[in-house]
Amino acid sequence: MAASGSSLKSYLLVRIAMVIPTILILLTLVFLLMRVAPGNPVTAALGGHAPPAVIKELTHQLGYDRPLYQQFGLYVWHILHGNFGTTITDKRQVTEIILQNGAATLELTVAAMIVALLVGVPIGLLAGRFRDRPVDAVTRLFGVVMYAMPVFVLGLLAQILFGSILNWLPISGQASPLTTALMTTHTNILLMDAVIDGNWPAFWDVFDHLILPATTLGLVFAGVFIRLVRVNVIRTLKDDYIEAARARGIRERAVVYRHAFRNALVPVITVIGLEVALLMGGAVLTETTFNWPGIGHALYIYLENRDYAAVQGIVIVFGLVVVASSLVVDFISALIDPRMRYK
Amino acid sequence: MTEPVVSVRDLRVYYGTPRGPARAVDRVALDIAPGETLGVVGESGSGKSTLGRGILGLLPEGTGIAGEVLYQGRNLVGMSKEELRHMRGPELGLIFQEPMTRLNPLLRIQEHFEETLRQHHPKLDRDEIRRRALEALGRTGIPPTRYKQYPHEFSGGMRQRIMIALALVLKPKLLIADEPTTALDVIVEAQIIRLLADLKKTSGTAVMLITHNLGIVAEACDRVAVMYGGKIVEEGDARKVFANPVHPYTRELLRSTISLETKSLHTIPGAPPSLITPPPGCLFHPRCPDAMRVCALKAPIEQRLEDGRRVQCWRHGPAEAIPDGGTEPLEREEIAVANEA
Ligand SMILES: Nc1ncnc2c1ncn2[C@@H]1O[C@H](COP(=O)(O)OP(=O)(O)O)[C@@H](O)[C@H]1O
Ligand code: SF4
Ligand SMILES: [Mg+2]
Repeated sequence: MAASGSSLKSYLLVRIAMVIPTILILLTLVFLLMRVAPGNPVTAALGGHAPPAVIKELTHQLGYDRPLYQQFGLYVWHILHGNFGTTITDKRQVTEIILQNGAATLELTVAAMIVALLVGVPIGLLAGRFRDRPVDAVTRLFGVVMYAMPVFVLGLLAQILFGSILNWLPISGQASPLTTALMTTHTNILLMDAVIDGNWPAFWDVFDHLILPATTLGLVFAGVFIRLVRVNVIRTLKDDYIEAARARGIRERAVVYRHAFRNALVPVITVIGLEVALLMGGAVLTETTFNWPGIGHALYIYLENRDYAAVQGIVIVFGLVVVASSLVVDFISALIDPRMRYK
Repeated sequence: MTEPVVSVRDLRVYYGTPRGPARAVDRVALDIAPGETLGVVGESGSGKSTLGRGILGLLPEGTGIAGEVLYQGRNLVGMSKEELRHMRGPELGLIFQEPMTRLNPLLRIQEHFEETLRQHHPKLDRDEIRRRALEALGRTGIPPTRYKQYPHEFSGGMRQRIMIALALVLKPKLLIADEPTTALDVIVEAQIIRLLADLKKTSGTAVMLITHNLGIVAEACDRVAVMYGGKIVEEGDARKVFANPVHPYTRELLRSTISLETKSLHTIPGAPPSLITPPPGCLFHPRCPDAMRVCALKAPIEQRLEDGRRVQCWRHGPAEAIPDGGTEPLEREEIAVANEA
């Protein structure tokens, strides 16, 4: 017992240590990408109309006239100190964007992930269990449609149906202007802020705003989960230990729930980690469709304005989130699957 | 003779295949006495596993099964799924060829035992479950210190011991072991076979030992049934069958084992029969060195010899069923190939 405990610990330590080179590679890649992007970031951000003197002045201020290795050193140095830079166009601290818009994105993606899991996992389990029966056929169709549908098309349809036609739900923004004006900020996550203040009208207003974007983004990922969980259940039900359990007279329900479902969900956890990257991508589109003040929406706007400093900072944050989520997923897998601890 | 644990009568199992039904078990009859070790041998594909699984009703969905598997006066064929499930474990146990993948990797050994015992004895308390589990593990040579470990912490041989303990803990009357040592190395194989052979002494459990290794049968079995193309072609006392095989297939099978030990190559020429479109007459006639004209025309009728052996071969009669001239040697081109070895 002590042996397996300590090897779990060393496994996790190694895994954490491996994050450092991953992040260094990420930082280098983003740095290089921003340098090979067409044009000088300053002229790009200021547009074609700025007088040369102003451009020169700003280029110097931002350090773009220094040798590349100095720029890189300074860039890493700043990031290590939690300084992700300042946007060129509106002079906002990238850290501030991350805290404010990032909170909105976190709210949206977590809600979407919950929708995706609540919808995708049970349906996937059922479809796999009752393979080739009507449940399976219907859910497969649903999965394929969801998978093939671009986020913004689904979002647009939802806006037309639930917003314009039925008029049940708000279709834009994170809260109504009145709520925003009356709320106090603690965490930047509006749902949580409302709970902290015990401000229930605000809570429900924010909740209503969350439903359409979270469901839209969530359903797209539910399609992925349905397919994945279904395939895993079908594969697991063929495993040798399932047959062995049946040979011991274990109830079919227990065989399915205790053996097949549990074992089928282990690889799904890993995929959830990988999906975080996709989820962030989906969030950019969803936020733009629903005018959601998230980090993806911000990225979209800064990209339009060619504000490379802002884009660089935001992309790094996206990368860090992906790295961190894969780390978390590894930890959870290690806790669930005893074999992982020895790999 | 004491009442058999299991009586198989006229058992037939058909797999649905795209080319039509495959008769994997064809009119098999078999008795297994309490505490007896019965060996089932035959080439790969002869239907040994299908017979073992058929007895437990553990066949894939859509497989056809007919005939009788009598256990304590009840026919398991045609029983409801739920009734059959109750039989599996406490009455009839099954262990498999590949022990590495037969335990759930996410569950401790302890959890496997708890699940199994709770399923069939819901009233047992924790201490009693633990006591019974450790006792069964002890009998198969697994120390109690390893009760809380996961499957991946054990070698293949130990996992097979655990599988045996997991079957024995329910005290079945019959344990069907389907090639339990094929995936293991020779030393471990000998240990496992000894363990199974000792079962009748320690618990009175009957064992049906499926294998293609005749050496194992000679060492561990009281009786042996030889399968060919889904049929039992010869069955009787293991020592008598080995000393004096009466069916040509048994004889060829024994020759192939012996020559394997002397490292010269002898395999039975030809291929096992198709189960979908079987040859007419005796299934073995295309490969049989002793084949007669009748063998290609009519399926042999089972005969019981004086020493209690059963055999399906025209060489052992009944003479009155053989048409005139039927005992002439069968003429065919392949005979040259068959005689070569
Ligand atoms: N699920 C199945 N579907 C169709 N055919 C099968 C299936 N399982 C086994 N068979 C066929 O049945 C025959 C007997 O197989 P099996 O009982 O596994 O033989 P053995 O255990 O003696 O090697 C073989 O020809 C095999 O191909
Ligand atoms: S019946 Fe004929 S073909 Fe079949 S085993 Fe006997 S002798 Fe050979
Ligand atoms: Mg087999």
